[in-house]
Amino acid sequence: MRSIAIAALMTALTAFSSAAEERPVQLKQAPGLDKVESNCAGCHSLDYVPMNSPFLSPAGWDAEVAKMINAFGAPIDPADVKAIADYLKSNYGM
Amino acid sequence: MITRRSLLEAAGAGSLLAGTGILVPRLVAAQAETQPSLNLSPALPEGTRTGAILDTLPGKKPLIKLSYRPPNYEAPVEYLRTDITPNDEFFVRYHLSDIPRVDAGSWKLAIGGDGANGEIRLGLDDLKQFTAVEVVALCQCSGNRRGLMQPHVPGVEWGYGAMGCARWKGVRLKDLLDKAGLKKEAIEIVLDGADKGVSDKTPKFTKSLPLWKAIEDTTLIAYEMNGQPLPHWNGFPARVVVPGWTGTYWMKHVTSLAAVTKPYDGFWMKSAYRIPLGKFPVVARFSSQETAVNTPITDMVVNSLITSHADGAMVKVGGTITVAGIAWDGGYGMGSVDVSVDGGKTWTAAALGQDRGPFALRAWSLHFVPKTPGKHVVMARATNKIGQSQATVLIPNPAGYHHNLVQSLTLVAA
Repeated sequence: MRSIAIAALMTALTAFSSAAEERPVQLKQAPGLDKVESNCAGCHSLDYVPMNSPFLSPAGWDAEVAKMINAFGAPIDPADVKAIADYLKSNYGM
Repeated sequence: MITRRSLLEAAGAGSLLAGTGILVPRLVAAQAETQPSLNLSPALPEGTRTGAILDTLPGKKPLIKLSYRPPNYEAPVEYLRTDITPNDEFFVRYHLSDIPRVDAGSWKLAIGGDGANGEIRLGLDDLKQFTAVEVVALCQCSGNRRGLMQPHVPGVEWGYGAMGCARWKGVRLKDLLDKAGLKKEAIEIVLDGADKGVSDKTPKFTKSLPLWKAIEDTTLIAYEMNGQPLPHWNGFPARVVVPGWTGTYWMKHVTSLAAVTKPYDGFWMKSAYRIPLGKFPVVARFSSQETAVNTPITDMVVNSLITSHADGAMVKVGGTITVAGIAWDGGYGMGSVDVSVDGGKTWTAAALGQDRGPFALRAWSLHFVPKTPGKHVVMARATNKIGQSQATVLIPNPAGYHHNLVQSLTLVAA
């Protein structure tokens, strides 16, 4: 799964470089950030996270992560799901 | 040339001049010509306010960047002071990140589906052989103003600028369907475009229209926007234009129209872009997609925006100021725009600008002399020709659509 995510990330960056300039989005340094960066940034820029903060409850962030996996087919390593959700709740939740 | 915009800017600079001396305001005024103001609403989520920046996509003027990838960029309110939005000031909204640069020479539009007699494929030159039609129409994201919802709901946290109005030129969707030939069992037209997700497991952004709306005279496949080819970011080389309906149906980089004999059940119809049944005063029905509890979003609700002043703007006591803005609805036509300068106690009908048709933005303005120093609360309320007015209480819904709460801002007279 990890290799799929990385391949997706490379595809996205390649596709994007010809279209517009994306500046790096630095999320808060905290445990789990590496999982967020490696699993989420392949499909979308990470500014989606702070944009949706800080108003989501823990259940709200769980629902967002589940939506990415179940509705959008995000290739997220199942072992990383909890770490990603915990990071979002702790750093961008309420 | 003196335009309405330059007059408004001059008025703004003048009010600054009155308050803070001479050198500083001149600098501010000079900068204002090259860089628009972010002017983010304090009602937006804190994280949205922190992350939103002015950023320039190739071919565009600076827009307010909410997300880089997929690109979601809204127009600063000052770009919405005219009833036609220039192409380089027009907002950008994508759901998915893999957005190809479509080559006009090799682009084809396929028209077929199980509800059609056969499939035809047309290039851009073929398309231009059909009768050309023009319509001035507002394209507004269903979730425009989502960021102002209370409580906040997740999504792209738009402020006021996920909208723009253009003169679209193209061909009637109906003429293309007639060319392919429809079976009598056809009920919906499925629209697909060239953009897609990074993962092949992500559902393509694919929509459907009820047949009755697809074959209205004003529903187009447009290849020109304000007399120019469509900008890449707004759907080059051709997009669907559905006047009166929210932007979700205005498929960019359109590649296929498929007539279907059963309700289309893709994610973006079945699960996304739905509103609770019976809560909103919308007229247009999409019966084949309705459930017991919800329905696809259809026509836009009546709405208005004050564009002449920012919240908290300084004005001069005893001076005549012009409060101005735009109003729109789902295509029934603007009846009146009433403006209050006393926080909603009394209302006066604003003067309406040129009527460019029922699907266009309608400019409005009202002169006002603040007679006392201090705060003056200005509000605008549009009413359309079928008697619908803007909401005075927000109608909550899970995805934050149809925000048309009467806007209110404070001018400070000194």
